[in-house]
Amino acid sequence: MLDYNFHWRPVFKSLPDLLAAGLTTLEIAALSMVLGIIFGLALALIRMHMRGPLKWVASAWVELARNTPALFQLFFFGFGLGAVGIHMSPYVIVLAALSFNCAGYLAENFRGGFQAIPDTQIRAARSLGMTAWQSYTRIIIPQVFRIVYHPLTNQIVWAVLMSSLGMLVGFRELSGETQALASRTYRIFEYFAVTAVIYYVIVKIILGASRLLSARLFRY
Amino acid sequence: MIQIRGLEKYFGTLQVLKGIDLDIPKGEVLSIIGASGSGKSTLLYCINGLEAIQAGTVSVAGTDVHAKGTDVNKLRQKMGMVFQQWNSFPHLTALENVALAPKIVKGKSKAEARDIAAKQLKHVGLGDKLDVYPSALSGGQQQRLAIARALAMEPDYMLFDEATSALDPELVGEVLDTMRLLAEDGMTMICVTHEMSFARDVSDRVAFFHEGVIEEIDTPANIFGVPKSEHLQKFLSNIR
Repeated sequence: MLDYNFHWRPVFKSLPDLLAAGLTTLEIAALSMVLGIIFGLALALIRMHMRGPLKWVASAWVELARNTPALFQLFFFGFGLGAVGIHMSPYVIVLAALSFNCAGYLAENFRGGFQAIPDTQIRAARSLGMTAWQSYTRIIIPQVFRIVYHPLTNQIVWAVLMSSLGMLVGFRELSGETQALASRTYRIFEYFAVTAVIYYVIVKIILGASRLLSARLFRY
Repeated sequence: MIQIRGLEKYFGTLQVLKGIDLDIPKGEVLSIIGASGSGKSTLLYCINGLEAIQAGTVSVAGTDVHAKGTDVNKLRQKMGMVFQQWNSFPHLTALENVALAPKIVKGKSKAEARDIAAKQLKHVGLGDKLDVYPSALSGGQQQRLAIARALAMEPDYMLFDEATSALDPELVGEVLDTMRLLAEDGMTMICVTHEMSFARDVSDRVAFFHEGVIEEIDTPANIFGVPKSEHLQKFLSNIR
């Protein structure tokens, strides 16, 4: 009944290509996290402290990022913007979509983190003569960072996995590369099985690194 | 010298301070007593500019705290503040807690800031806790840490906002002793407090706040011995 013959050789022969694509995946996930953290932090602060148009934009961003399919967000940056004449490379499209999505999720994490820090911490910092900027960067944000650390780890795992959608806009990250190789050789199952293992290993490495880093960072 | 003239403070429509006039000369220890909600703590926040005011002036060593163009960050370096909920920075060790502001606010070198911090921590009896995180310190130790942190800025004034009210009874003594030590060193201090024995023994003057005004201000002997205002008499009889 099972008359499918497994052929792993072509997959193993193109393992270097797959691993290289895995690095691309890791790269775009890491970059989108950096951008996601910067924008997410800004969105959280804008939503907490500002009124008017900027706050509306920030709220709309967070709402859309969290409540629409990630795939649609990717298509918006790819085909949506393309339709109005803004053409970007697949790399930029995926980076923009991932960052947009991560920023939205992280903004809510950051907001929760900020709310968990008592106001009196700011007062204590300001009473020592620190500027508002110093109070935030030296006292508040390091504490918030600890609170959001594990959600942050989850988010980068999510970014790695979600970057696979990139193949739908022609981006040759791990899934895109796998798809291309698989359709050339018709060893579709074999290719995607090996790629799944590569994704798994990438995620495990991230989780392990995150655990080591947290032990170093948070000694209190 | 701290000079307060006609100070009024509202939270929304609620008037918390209703025209405060007060001079605190250098070297004085002033205790402020009164019921909760009488505006005692708010006055401290107005003195170091953590709260805006609606009328009047506060001047510290000749500088108008609430004037436009006043560099409050600079001004606050002269005024240490100690809070009811001690507010140690949980992500920093005791030494880092104390060394941070000298380093980033006053621009001291890392080594200098560490020296200052170690000296101040020793001064408040935490010389053996330099590398400990606040979570491993008792409330009383954390409050002494907060005092050391304020002192590391070499302030001319110290403001204490009910520094002992959040502490377990057996820990109050060590913090009061530290405050006494400061008073003996000649520090100008304003202490909002519920510790009547501290107010009586350590202060030069005691101010009794009632519903946003200073109802009575005098030497501790007179405030506790021959209270004139009816509210003060009632306040004192309630806590005895």
